[in-house]
Amino acid sequence: MAAISRDEVAHLARLSRLAVTEQELDTFAGQLDVILQAVARVGEVAAADIPPTSHSVPLTNVLREDVVINCLTREEALAGAPDVEEDRFRVPRILDEEA
Amino acid sequence: MSDLTKLTAAEIAKRISDGDVSAEEVTRAHLDRIAAVDGKVHAFLHVDADGAIAAAREVDAKRARKETLGPLAGVPVAVKDVLTTKGVPTTAGSKILEGWRPPYDSTVVERLRDAGTVILGKTNMDEFAMGSSTEYSAYGPTNNPWDLGRIPGGSGGGSAAAIAAYEAPLAIGTDTGGSIRQPGAVTGTVGSKPTYGGTSRYGLIAFSSSLDTPGPCARTVLDAALLHEVMAGHDWRDSTSIPQPVPPVVEAARRGMTGDLTGVKLGLVTQFDAGEGAEPGVMAAFHDALAALTKLGAELVEVSAPHFQYALPAYYLIAPSECSSNLARFDGVRYGLRVGDDGNRSLEEVMSLTREAGFGPEVKRRIMLGTYALSSGYYDAYYGQAQKVRTLITQDFNQAFEQVDVLVSPTTPFVAFPFGSRTSDPYQMYLADLFTIPTNLYGGPGISVPCGLSDGLPVGFQIMAPTMADDRMYRVAAALESAVGTLTPPSLEG
Repeated sequence: MAAISRDEVAHLARLSRLAVTEQELDTFAGQLDVILQAVARVGEVAAADIPPTSHSVPLTNVLREDVVINCLTREEALAGAPDVEEDRFRVPRILDEEA
Repeated sequence: MSDLTKLTAAEIAKRISDGDVSAEEVTRAHLDRIAAVDGKVHAFLHVDADGAIAAAREVDAKRARKETLGPLAGVPVAVKDVLTTKGVPTTAGSKILEGWRPPYDSTVVERLRDAGTVILGKTNMDEFAMGSSTEYSAYGPTNNPWDLGRIPGGSGGGSAAAIAAYEAPLAIGTDTGGSIRQPGAVTGTVGSKPTYGGTSRYGLIAFSSSLDTPGPCARTVLDAALLHEVMAGHDWRDSTSIPQPVPPVVEAARRGMTGDLTGVKLGLVTQFDAGEGAEPGVMAAFHDALAALTKLGAELVEVSAPHFQYALPAYYLIAPSECSSNLARFDGVRYGLRVGDDGNRSLEEVMSLTREAGFGPEVKRRIMLGTYALSSGYYDAYYGQAQKVRTLITQDFNQAFEQVDVLVSPTTPFVAFPFGSRTSDPYQMYLADLFTIPTNLYGGPGISVPCGLSDGLPVGFQIMAPTMADDRMYRVAAALESAVGTLTPPSLEG
Protein backbone atom coordinates (compact mmCIF):
# COMPACT_ATOMS: atom_id res chain seq x y z
CA MET A 1 0.00 0.00 0.00
CA ALA A 2 1.22 3.47 -0.82
CA ALA A 3 2.25 5.59 2.18
CA ILE A 4 1.14 8.77 0.48
CA SER A 5 -1.33 9.57 -2.32
CA ARG A 6 -1.03 12.04 -5.21
CA ASP A 7 -3.77 14.16 -3.62
CA GLU A 8 -1.87 14.31 -0.34
CA VAL A 9 1.25 15.44 -2.20
CA ALA A 10 -0.81 18.17 -3.91
CA HIS A 11 -1.97 19.29 -0.46
CA LEU A 12 1.63 19.32 0.84
CA ALA A 13 2.69 21.40 -2.16
CA ARG A 14 -0.02 23.95 -1.34
CA LEU A 15 1.02 24.06 2.32
CA SER A 16 4.65 24.45 1.20
CA ARG A 17 3.76 27.31 -1.21
CA LEU A 18 5.09 25.41 -4.21
CA ALA A 19 3.12 25.85 -7.44
CA VAL A 20 4.14 22.40 -8.72
CA THR A 21 3.14 21.15 -12.17
CA GLU A 22 0.93 18.11 -12.82
CA GLN A 23 3.96 16.23 -14.09
CA GLU A 24 5.94 17.06 -10.94
CA LEU A 25 3.05 15.78 -8.83
CA ASP A 26 3.26 12.40 -10.58
CA THR A 27 7.02 12.20 -10.04
CA PHE A 28 7.04 13.47 -6.45
CA ALA A 29 4.15 11.21 -5.40
CA GLY A 30 6.12 8.11 -6.39
CA GLN A 31 9.41 9.35 -4.91
CA LEU A 32 7.94 10.57 -1.63
CA ASP A 33 6.18 7.24 -1.25
CA VAL A 34 9.51 5.37 -1.52
CA ILE A 35 11.17 7.76 0.95
CA LEU A 36 8.31 7.63 3.45
CA GLN A 37 8.21 3.84 3.42
CA ALA A 38 11.95 3.84 4.18
CA VAL A 39 11.88 6.44 6.95
CA ALA A 40 8.80 4.88 8.58
CA ARG A 41 11.28 2.33 9.98
CA VAL A 42 11.80 4.66 12.95
CA GLY A 43 8.45 3.28 14.12
CA GLU A 44 10.07 -0.13 14.75
CA VAL A 45 11.98 1.26 17.73
CA ALA A 46 10.34 0.86 21.13
CA ALA A 47 10.82 4.39 22.45
CA ALA A 48 7.67 5.21 24.41
CA ASP A 49 9.61 6.19 27.57
CA ILE A 50 12.52 7.84 25.77
CA PRO A 51 12.73 11.65 25.92
CA PRO A 52 13.14 13.38 22.54
CA THR A 53 16.37 15.14 21.56
CA SER A 54 15.88 18.33 19.58
CA HIS A 55 19.45 19.44 19.93
CA SER A 56 22.82 18.03 20.95
CA VAL A 57 23.98 21.09 22.88
CA PRO A 58 22.43 21.33 26.35
CA LEU A 59 22.18 25.12 26.45
CA THR A 60 19.08 27.10 27.40
CA ASN A 61 18.19 30.80 27.43
CA VAL A 62 21.37 31.92 25.74
CA LEU A 63 21.49 35.69 25.74
CA ARG A 64 24.21 38.04 24.58
CA GLU A 65 25.59 40.93 26.59
CA ASP A 66 23.08 43.79 26.80
CA VAL A 67 25.12 46.32 24.87
CA VAL A 68 24.27 48.50 21.89
CA ILE A 69 25.83 47.29 18.66
CA ASN A 70 25.60 48.33 15.04
CA CYS A 71 22.98 46.73 12.84
CA LEU A 72 22.35 46.87 9.09
CA THR A 73 21.43 50.24 7.68
CA ARG A 74 18.09 50.56 5.89
CA GLU A 75 19.92 50.66 2.55
CA GLU A 76 21.87 47.50 3.36
CA ALA A 77 18.77 45.65 4.51
CA LEU A 78 16.83 46.59 1.39
CA ALA A 79 19.69 46.17 -1.09
CA GLY A 80 18.84 42.57 -1.98
CA ALA A 81 15.07 42.94 -2.12
CA PRO A 82 13.25 42.20 -5.39
CA ASP A 83 11.06 45.30 -4.99
CA VAL A 84 11.36 48.37 -2.75
CA GLU A 85 9.07 51.36 -2.31
CA GLU A 86 9.45 54.29 0.11
CA ASP A 87 12.35 52.60 1.92
CA ARG A 88 10.28 49.48 2.56
CA PHE A 89 9.91 45.99 1.09
CA ARG A 90 7.11 46.16 -1.46
CA VAL A 91 4.91 43.06 -1.59
CA PRO A 92 2.05 42.01 -3.84
CA ARG A 93 -1.47 42.56 -2.54
CA ILE A 94 -2.25 40.62 0.63
CA LEU A 95 -5.98 41.40 1.03
CA ASP A 96 -8.72 41.39 -1.61
CA GLU A 97 -9.82 44.80 -2.88
CA GLU A 98 -13.25 44.40 -1.29
CA ALA A 99 -12.03 43.09 2.02
CA MET B 1 51.20 23.73 -12.87
CA SER B 2 53.12 26.02 -10.53
CA ASP B 3 54.89 24.33 -7.65
CA LEU B 4 53.22 26.80 -5.30
CA THR B 5 49.87 25.10 -5.82
CA LYS B 6 51.31 21.72 -4.81
CA LEU B 7 52.39 22.93 -1.38
CA THR B 8 50.47 22.27 1.79
CA ALA B 9 48.91 25.19 3.64
CA ALA B 10 51.48 24.75 6.41
CA GLU B 11 54.33 25.00 3.88
CA ILE B 12 52.81 28.05 2.15
CA ALA B 13 52.36 29.86 5.47
CA LYS B 14 55.96 29.17 6.43
CA ARG B 15 57.37 30.32 3.08
CA ILE B 16 55.38 33.55 3.26
CA SER B 17 56.39 34.17 6.84
CA ASP B 18 60.06 33.46 5.96
CA GLY B 19 59.87 35.86 3.05
CA ASP B 20 60.67 33.17 0.43
CA VAL B 21 57.53 34.04 -1.51
CA SER B 22 54.91 36.77 -1.34
CA ALA B 23 51.26 36.14 -0.56
CA GLU B 24 50.42 37.80 -3.87
CA GLU B 25 52.57 35.31 -5.82
CA VAL B 26 50.84 32.42 -4.02
CA THR B 27 47.40 33.87 -4.75
CA ARG B 28 48.22 34.51 -8.41
CA ALA B 29 49.49 30.94 -8.79
CA HIS B 30 46.17 29.61 -7.52
CA LEU B 31 44.12 32.02 -9.64
CA ASP B 32 46.14 30.84 -12.68
CA ARG B 33 45.46 27.24 -11.77
CA ILE B 34 41.73 27.97 -11.47
CA ALA B 35 41.79 29.65 -14.88
CA ALA B 36 43.58 26.62 -16.34
CA VAL B 37 41.49 23.75 -14.94
CA ASP B 38 38.18 24.98 -13.56
CA GLY B 39 36.60 24.78 -17.00
CA LYS B 40 36.95 21.01 -16.59
CA VAL B 41 36.29 20.72 -12.86
CA HIS B 42 33.71 23.48 -12.24
CA ALA B 43 34.49 23.68 -8.54
CA PHE B 44 33.80 27.43 -8.33
CA LEU B 45 30.57 29.36 -8.72
CA HIS B 46 32.34 32.67 -8.26
CA VAL B 47 36.02 33.60 -8.31
CA ASP B 48 36.82 36.84 -6.47
CA ALA B 49 40.20 37.56 -8.07
CA ASP B 50 40.28 41.25 -7.11
CA GLY B 51 39.30 40.59 -3.50
CA ALA B 52 41.87 37.79 -3.24
CA ILE B 53 44.73 39.87 -4.59
CA ALA B 54 43.81 42.78 -2.31
CA ALA B 55 43.79 40.45 0.71
CA ALA B 56 47.14 38.96 -0.32
CA ARG B 57 48.71 42.41 -0.72
CA GLU B 58 47.51 43.31 2.75
CA VAL B 59 49.38 40.30 4.16
CA ASP B 60 52.50 41.29 2.23
CA ALA B 61 52.22 44.84 3.55
CA LYS B 62 51.85 43.57 7.11
CA ARG B 63 54.92 41.43 6.71
CA ALA B 64 56.86 44.39 5.29
CA ARG B 65 55.89 46.32 8.43
CA LYS B 66 57.17 43.35 10.46
CA GLU B 67 53.78 42.77 12.07
CA THR B 68 53.05 39.34 13.47
CA LEU B 69 51.29 37.08 10.96
CA GLY B 70 48.70 34.47 11.90
CA PRO B 71 49.43 30.76 11.33
CA LEU B 72 47.66 30.74 7.94
CA ALA B 73 48.37 34.32 6.79
CA GLY B 74 48.48 34.54 3.01
CA VAL B 75 47.13 31.01 2.46
CA PRO B 76 44.33 30.84 -0.13
CA VAL B 77 40.98 29.36 0.91
CA ALA B 78 37.88 28.46 -1.11
CA VAL B 79 34.55 28.92 0.68
CA LYS B 80 31.40 26.86 0.13
CA ASP B 81 28.71 29.08 -1.33
CA VAL B 82 26.40 28.56 1.64
CA LEU B 83 28.37 30.94 3.90
CA THR B 84 27.71 34.64 3.47
CA THR B 85 30.50 36.84 2.15
CA LYS B 86 29.88 40.59 2.33
CA GLY B 87 29.36 42.03 -1.14
CA VAL B 88 30.39 38.77 -2.84
CA PRO B 89 27.64 36.65 -4.51
CA THR B 90 26.25 33.88 -2.30
CA THR B 91 23.71 31.50 -3.86
CA ALA B 92 23.69 28.29 -1.79
CA GLY B 93 23.66 26.59 -5.20
CA SER B 94 20.10 27.82 -5.76
CA LYS B 95 18.42 29.91 -8.42
CA ILE B 96 16.32 31.54 -5.73
CA LEU B 97 19.41 33.44 -4.52
CA GLU B 98 20.98 34.10 -7.92
CA GLY B 99 22.79 37.45 -7.87
CA TRP B 100 22.33 38.02 -4.13
CA ARG B 101 25.18 39.88 -2.48
CA PRO B 102 24.94 39.51 1.30
CA PRO B 103 25.23 42.67 3.42
CA TYR B 104 27.37 40.87 6.02
CA ASP B 105 30.09 38.26 6.53
CA SER B 106 29.41 34.96 8.25
CA THR B 107 31.46 34.44 11.42
CA VAL B 108 33.56 31.76 9.74
CA VAL B 109 34.42 34.10 6.86
CA GLU B 110 35.12 36.95 9.28
CA ARG B 111 37.58 34.74 11.15
CA LEU B 112 39.23 33.68 7.88
CA ARG B 113 39.74 37.35 7.00
CA ASP B 114 40.99 38.23 10.50
CA ALA B 115 43.54 35.41 10.23
CA GLY B 116 44.89 36.86 6.97
CA THR B 117 43.80 33.95 4.78
CA VAL B 118 42.99 34.83 1.18
CA ILE B 119 39.46 33.99 0.04
CA LEU B 120 39.64 32.91 -3.60
CA GLY B 121 35.92 32.52 -4.22
CA LYS B 122 32.79 30.50 -3.61
CA THR B 123 32.47 26.80 -4.35
CA ASN B 124 29.71 24.76 -5.95
CA MET B 125 27.33 22.64 -3.90
CA ASP B 126 24.06 20.79 -4.01
CA GLU B 127 21.25 23.31 -3.64
CA PHE B 128 20.96 24.42 0.01
CA ALA B 129 23.41 21.60 0.88
CA MET B 130 20.90 18.87 0.09
CA GLY B 131 22.56 16.10 -1.88
CA SER B 132 25.61 13.86 -2.16
CA SER B 133 26.84 14.59 -5.68
CA THR B 134 26.50 18.33 -6.61
CA GLU B 135 24.03 17.14 -9.26
CA TYR B 136 21.37 19.15 -7.43
CA SER B 137 23.27 22.43 -7.89
CA ALA B 138 21.20 24.85 -9.98
CA TYR B 139 24.45 25.82 -11.72
CA GLY B 140 25.50 22.39 -12.98
CA PRO B 141 27.60 19.71 -11.28
CA THR B 142 31.24 19.73 -10.24
CA ASN B 143 33.38 17.03 -11.85
CA ASN B 144 35.60 14.78 -9.74
CA PRO B 145 39.28 15.48 -10.56
CA TRP B 146 39.93 11.71 -10.32
CA ASP B 147 37.47 10.99 -13.13
CA LEU B 148 35.60 13.89 -14.70
CA GLY B 149 32.64 11.63 -15.46
CA ARG B 150 32.03 10.95 -11.79
CA ILE B 151 30.54 12.88 -8.88
CA PRO B 152 32.82 14.75 -6.44
CA GLY B 153 30.49 13.98 -3.54
CA GLY B 154 28.10 16.40 -1.95
CA SER B 155 26.88 18.62 -0.88
CA GLY B 156 30.33 20.23 -0.62
CA GLY B 157 31.67 18.71 -3.85
CA GLY B 158 33.01 22.06 -5.04
CA SER B 159 35.19 22.59 -1.97
CA ALA B 160 36.57 19.04 -2.07
CA ALA B 161 37.21 19.11 -5.83
CA ALA B 162 38.91 22.53 -5.58
CA ILE B 163 41.55 21.19 -3.20
CA ALA B 164 41.90 17.84 -5.01
CA ALA B 165 42.52 19.76 -8.27
CA TYR B 166 45.13 22.04 -6.58
CA GLU B 167 42.94 25.09 -7.17
CA ALA B 168 43.20 25.87 -3.45
CA PRO B 169 45.15 24.29 -0.57
CA LEU B 170 42.26 24.76 1.85
CA ALA B 171 38.47 25.02 1.67
CA ILE B 172 35.52 25.49 3.96
CA GLY B 173 32.62 23.05 3.91
CA THR B 174 29.50 22.49 5.96
CA ASP B 175 28.33 19.11 7.20
CA THR B 176 24.71 18.32 8.07
CA GLY B 177 24.70 14.59 7.29
CA GLY B 178 28.11 14.07 5.70
CA SER B 179 28.55 17.01 3.29
CA ILE B 180 32.19 17.58 4.27
CA ARG B 181 33.26 13.98 4.89
CA GLN B 182 31.71 12.16 1.92
CA PRO B 183 33.14 14.63 -0.66
CA GLY B 184 36.49 14.29 1.13
CA ALA B 185 36.28 10.51 0.82
CA VAL B 186 35.45 10.38 -2.89
CA THR B 187 38.03 13.04 -3.89
CA GLY B 188 40.90 11.59 -1.82
CA THR B 189 41.09 14.61 0.48
CA VAL B 190 40.66 15.27 4.20
CA GLY B 191 37.25 16.51 5.38
CA SER B 192 36.51 17.28 8.99
CA LYS B 193 33.20 17.93 10.71
CA PRO B 194 33.87 19.58 14.09
CA THR B 195 31.68 19.05 17.14
CA TYR B 196 28.26 20.64 16.54
CA GLY B 197 28.46 24.06 18.20
CA GLY B 198 32.26 24.10 17.93
CA THR B 199 32.09 26.28 14.81
CA SER B 200 29.64 29.14 14.37
CA ARG B 201 26.52 28.93 12.21
CA TYR B 202 26.12 32.71 12.05
CA GLY B 203 25.87 33.57 8.36
CA LEU B 204 25.56 29.92 7.34
CA ILE B 205 22.37 29.73 5.26
CA ALA B 206 20.38 27.28 7.36
CA PHE B 207 19.29 23.85 6.12
CA SER B 208 18.88 21.87 9.35
CA SER B 209 19.77 24.11 12.27
CA SER B 210 20.28 21.37 14.86
CA LEU B 211 22.78 19.58 12.59
CA ASP B 212 24.56 22.14 10.33
CA THR B 213 28.27 22.38 11.17
CA PRO B 214 30.96 24.30 9.25
CA GLY B 215 34.35 22.63 9.02
CA PRO B 216 37.69 22.44 7.20
CA CYS B 217 38.70 20.63 3.98
CA ALA B 218 42.38 20.13 3.13
CA ARG B 219 44.88 17.78 1.49
CA THR B 220 46.59 16.88 4.77
CA VAL B 221 45.35 16.30 8.32
CA LEU B 222 47.66 18.99 9.73
CA ASP B 223 46.30 21.55 7.26
CA ALA B 224 42.74 20.65 8.25
CA ALA B 225 43.67 21.11 11.92
CA LEU B 226 45.29 24.49 11.24
CA LEU B 227 42.15 25.69 9.46
CA HIS B 228 39.96 24.19 12.21
CA GLU B 229 41.72 26.29 14.86
CA VAL B 230 41.31 29.46 12.81
CA MET B 231 37.58 29.01 12.13
CA ALA B 232 36.37 27.44 15.41
CA GLY B 233 35.52 28.83 18.82
CA HIS B 234 32.66 30.42 20.69
CA ASP B 235 30.53 33.03 18.92
CA TRP B 236 27.93 35.06 20.81
CA ARG B 237 25.96 35.50 17.60
CA ASP B 238 25.14 31.76 17.48
CA SER B 239 23.01 30.68 20.44
CA THR B 240 24.11 27.03 20.05
CA SER B 241 27.81 27.89 20.00
CA ILE B 242 29.63 26.04 22.78
CA PRO B 243 31.31 28.46 25.26
CA GLN B 244 34.49 26.39 25.66
CA PRO B 245 38.03 26.60 24.28
CA VAL B 246 38.74 24.98 20.89
CA PRO B 247 40.09 21.45 21.40
CA PRO B 248 43.89 21.30 20.74
CA VAL B 249 43.55 19.86 17.23
CA VAL B 250 46.86 21.11 15.77
CA GLU B 251 48.86 19.70 18.67
CA ALA B 252 46.96 16.42 18.28
CA ALA B 253 47.67 16.26 14.53
CA ARG B 254 51.38 16.84 15.15
CA ARG B 255 51.37 14.12 17.79
CA GLY B 256 49.61 11.74 15.40
CA MET B 257 52.18 12.43 12.69
CA THR B 258 54.79 10.68 14.82
CA GLY B 259 52.94 7.48 13.98
CA ASP B 260 52.53 6.22 17.53
CA LEU B 261 49.06 5.13 18.61
CA THR B 262 50.10 2.97 21.55
CA GLY B 263 47.19 2.53 23.93
CA VAL B 264 44.58 4.11 21.64
CA LYS B 265 41.38 2.07 21.44
CA LEU B 266 39.51 2.12 18.13
CA GLY B 267 35.88 1.02 18.23
CA LEU B 268 34.50 -1.00 15.34
CA VAL B 269 30.74 -0.71 15.26
CA THR B 270 29.50 -4.28 14.89
CA GLN B 271 26.49 -3.12 12.92
CA PHE B 272 28.72 -1.19 10.47
CA ASP B 273 31.39 -3.83 10.11
CA ALA B 274 28.85 -6.36 8.93
CA GLY B 275 29.59 -4.64 5.63
CA GLU B 276 25.93 -4.17 4.80
CA GLY B 277 25.67 -1.53 2.14
CA ALA B 278 29.41 -1.03 1.63
CA GLU B 279 31.16 -2.09 -1.57
CA PRO B 280 33.76 -4.87 -1.28
CA GLY B 281 36.52 -2.57 -2.57
CA VAL B 282 35.69 -0.02 0.12
CA MET B 283 35.69 -2.68 2.85
CA ALA B 284 39.03 -4.04 1.60
CA ALA B 285 40.70 -0.61 1.80
CA PHE B 286 39.09 -0.03 5.21
CA HIS B 287 40.46 -3.30 6.60
CA ASP B 288 43.93 -2.57 5.20
CA ALA B 289 43.81 0.75 7.07
CA LEU B 290 42.78 -1.02 10.27
CA ALA B 291 45.78 -3.32 9.91
CA ALA B 292 48.04 -0.28 9.43
CA LEU B 293 46.64 1.36 12.55
CA THR B 294 47.16 -1.74 14.69
CA LYS B 295 50.80 -1.78 13.51
CA LEU B 296 51.08 1.72 15.01
CA GLY B 297 49.96 0.34 18.35
CA ALA B 298 46.21 0.93 18.24
CA GLU B 299 43.88 -1.67 19.68
CA LEU B 300 40.67 -2.70 17.94
CA VAL B 301 37.56 -3.23 20.06
CA GLU B 302 34.16 -4.29 18.79
CA VAL B 303 31.32 -2.15 20.10
CA SER B 304 27.61 -2.44 19.59
CA ALA B 305 25.48 0.51 18.54
CA PRO B 306 22.09 -1.13 18.01
CA HIS B 307 20.25 2.06 17.01
CA PHE B 308 22.66 3.16 14.29
CA GLN B 309 20.55 1.24 11.79
CA TYR B 310 17.78 3.77 12.42
CA ALA B 311 20.00 6.81 11.96
CA LEU B 312 19.32 7.26 8.24
CA PRO B 313 15.51 7.09 8.61
CA ALA B 314 15.60 9.41 11.65
CA TYR B 315 17.83 11.87 9.81
CA TYR B 316 15.51 11.95 6.79
CA LEU B 317 12.69 13.01 9.08
CA ILE B 318 14.56 15.50 11.27
CA ALA B 319 16.57 17.27 8.56
CA PRO B 320 13.65 17.75 6.12
CA SER B 321 11.44 18.94 8.99
CA GLU B 322 13.93 21.63 9.94
CA CYS B 323 14.49 22.42 6.25
CA SER B 324 10.79 22.95 5.59
CA SER B 325 10.76 25.52 8.35
CA ASN B 326 14.10 27.20 7.51
CA LEU B 327 13.38 27.54 3.80
CA ALA B 328 10.10 29.34 4.48
CA ARG B 329 12.22 32.51 4.52
CA PHE B 330 12.60 32.30 0.74
CA ASP B 331 9.33 34.05 -0.01
CA GLY B 332 10.35 36.52 -2.72
CA VAL B 333 10.08 39.50 -0.39
CA ARG B 334 13.40 40.33 1.27
CA TYR B 335 16.00 38.92 -1.10
CA GLY B 336 16.46 36.86 -4.21
CA LEU B 337 14.02 35.88 -6.90
CA ARG B 338 10.43 37.06 -7.34
CA VAL B 339 8.30 35.51 -10.07
CA GLY B 340 4.80 36.32 -11.36
CA ASP B 341 4.29 39.70 -9.71
CA ASP B 342 2.09 41.17 -12.47
CA GLY B 343 0.08 43.52 -10.28
CA ASN B 344 -2.91 41.18 -10.19
CA ARG B 345 -1.64 38.11 -8.38
CA SER B 346 -1.82 37.87 -4.59
CA LEU B 347 1.23 37.60 -2.34
CA GLU B 348 0.50 33.92 -1.81
CA GLU B 349 0.35 33.21 -5.55
CA VAL B 350 3.56 35.11 -6.19
CA MET B 351 5.23 33.28 -3.32
CA SER B 352 4.19 29.88 -4.71
CA LEU B 353 5.33 30.75 -8.24
CA THR B 354 8.63 32.14 -6.92
CA ARG B 355 9.38 29.04 -4.87
CA GLU B 356 8.33 26.74 -7.71
CA ALA B 357 10.69 28.51 -10.12
CA GLY B 358 13.51 29.08 -7.62
CA PHE B 359 13.86 25.66 -5.97
CA GLY B 360 15.12 22.47 -7.61
CA PRO B 361 13.61 18.99 -7.26
CA GLU B 362 15.51 17.76 -4.18
CA VAL B 363 14.75 20.90 -2.20
CA LYS B 364 11.07 20.61 -3.11
CA ARG B 365 11.00 16.96 -2.06
CA ARG B 366 12.55 17.73 1.30
CA ILE B 367 10.30 20.72 1.99
CA MET B 368 7.24 18.56 1.30
CA LEU B 369 8.62 15.62 3.27
CA GLY B 370 9.29 17.88 6.26
CA THR B 371 5.89 19.51 5.97
CA TYR B 372 4.38 16.03 6.05
CA ALA B 373 6.43 14.85 9.04
CA LEU B 374 5.43 17.94 11.03
CA SER B 375 1.70 17.77 10.16
CA SER B 376 -0.74 17.19 12.96
CA GLY B 377 -1.67 13.52 12.91
CA TYR B 378 1.79 12.48 11.65
CA TYR B 379 3.99 14.48 14.03
CA ASP B 380 4.22 11.84 16.79
CA ALA B 381 4.80 8.93 14.44
CA TYR B 382 7.43 10.69 12.34
CA TYR B 383 9.17 13.79 13.72
CA GLY B 384 8.52 12.99 17.39
CA GLN B 385 9.63 9.37 17.00
CA ALA B 386 12.75 10.43 15.07
CA GLN B 387 13.74 12.73 17.95
CA LYS B 388 13.44 9.80 20.37
CA VAL B 389 15.60 7.67 18.09
CA ARG B 390 18.09 10.54 18.18
CA THR B 391 18.25 10.16 21.96
CA LEU B 392 18.91 6.42 21.62
CA ILE B 393 21.67 6.99 19.05
CA THR B 394 23.28 9.50 21.43
CA GLN B 395 23.12 6.87 24.19
CA ASP B 396 24.79 4.35 21.85
CA PHE B 397 27.66 6.81 21.29
CA ASN B 398 28.02 7.57 25.00
CA GLN B 399 28.17 3.87 25.86
CA ALA B 400 30.65 3.17 23.07
CA PHE B 401 32.95 5.97 24.25
CA GLU B 402 33.06 4.39 27.71
CA GLN B 403 34.90 1.49 26.05
CA VAL B 404 36.92 3.13 23.29
CA ASP B 405 38.61 6.44 22.42
CA VAL B 406 37.18 6.82 18.92
CA LEU B 407 34.89 4.93 16.55
CA VAL B 408 36.03 4.07 13.03
CA SER B 409 34.24 3.11 9.81
CA PRO B 410 34.43 3.62 6.07
CA THR B 411 33.29 7.20 5.36
CA THR B 412 30.85 6.27 2.63
CA PRO B 413 29.63 2.90 1.31
CA PHE B 414 30.74 3.46 -2.27
CA VAL B 415 33.44 5.25 -4.25
CA ALA B 416 32.62 8.16 -6.60
CA PHE B 417 29.75 7.03 -8.80
CA PRO B 418 29.03 8.10 -12.41
CA PHE B 419 26.76 11.09 -12.96
CA GLY B 420 23.07 10.25 -13.26
CA SER B 421 23.30 6.85 -11.57
CA ARG B 422 21.45 7.84 -8.36
CA THR B 423 19.22 10.78 -9.30
CA SER B 424 16.13 8.88 -10.44
CA ASP B 425 15.67 7.17 -7.06
CA PRO B 426 16.39 9.82 -4.40
CA TYR B 427 16.71 7.22 -1.64
CA GLN B 428 19.70 5.65 -3.41
CA MET B 429 21.42 9.03 -3.12
CA TYR B 430 20.60 9.19 0.62
CA LEU B 431 22.51 5.94 1.21
CA ALA B 432 25.79 7.79 0.53
CA ASP B 433 25.49 9.17 4.06
CA LEU B 434 24.80 5.85 5.80
CA PHE B 435 27.99 5.96 7.91
CA THR B 436 28.28 9.73 8.40
CA ILE B 437 24.78 10.54 9.66
CA PRO B 438 24.95 8.95 13.16
CA THR B 439 27.63 11.45 14.24
CA ASN B 440 25.51 14.39 13.11
CA LEU B 441 22.55 13.21 15.17
CA TYR B 442 24.81 12.75 18.20
CA GLY B 443 26.60 16.09 17.66
CA GLY B 444 30.15 14.79 17.89
CA PRO B 445 33.04 15.35 15.51
CA GLY B 446 33.98 13.13 12.56
CA ILE B 447 36.80 13.22 10.03
CA SER B 448 37.41 11.47 6.71
CA VAL B 449 40.98 10.75 5.72
CA PRO B 450 42.09 8.97 2.52
CA CYS B 451 43.04 5.32 3.13
CA GLY B 452 43.63 3.91 -0.35
CA LEU B 453 42.06 3.21 -3.71
CA SER B 454 39.35 0.89 -4.98
CA ASP B 455 39.38 0.41 -8.76
CA GLY B 456 41.56 3.50 -9.01
CA LEU B 457 39.19 5.71 -7.00
CA PRO B 458 39.77 7.08 -3.47
CA VAL B 459 38.32 5.47 -0.35
CA GLY B 460 37.80 7.44 2.84
CA PHE B 461 38.36 6.27 6.43
CA GLN B 462 36.11 7.87 9.03
CA ILE B 463 37.08 8.56 12.65
CA MET B 464 34.41 9.69 15.12
CA ALA B 465 35.15 11.15 18.56
CA PRO B 466 33.15 12.29 21.60
CA THR B 467 31.78 15.83 21.60
CA MET B 468 34.49 18.47 22.12
CA ALA B 469 37.19 15.78 21.82
CA ASP B 470 37.92 16.71 18.20
CA ASP B 471 41.64 16.43 18.98
CA ARG B 472 41.36 12.64 19.34
CA MET B 473 40.20 12.11 15.77
CA TYR B 474 42.94 14.39 14.41
CA ARG B 475 45.56 12.35 16.20
CA VAL B 476 44.33 9.06 14.73
CA ALA B 477 43.80 10.62 11.29
CA ALA B 478 47.34 12.03 11.21
CA ALA B 479 48.75 8.67 12.29
CA LEU B 480 46.85 6.90 9.50
CA GLU B 481 48.09 9.48 7.00
CA SER B 482 51.67 8.91 8.16
CA ALA B 483 51.20 5.19 7.46
CA VAL B 484 49.34 5.23 4.14
CA GLY B 485 50.34 8.63 2.69
CA THR B 486 48.26 11.13 0.75
CA LEU B 487 46.63 10.52 -2.63
CA THR B 488 47.38 12.41 -5.86
CA PRO B 489 44.79 12.46 -8.64
CA PRO B 490 45.75 12.10 -12.31
CA SER B 491 46.89 15.28 -14.09
CA LEU B 492 44.16 17.52 -15.44
CA GLU B 493 46.45 19.11 -18.00
CA GLY B 494 46.57 18.26 -21.68
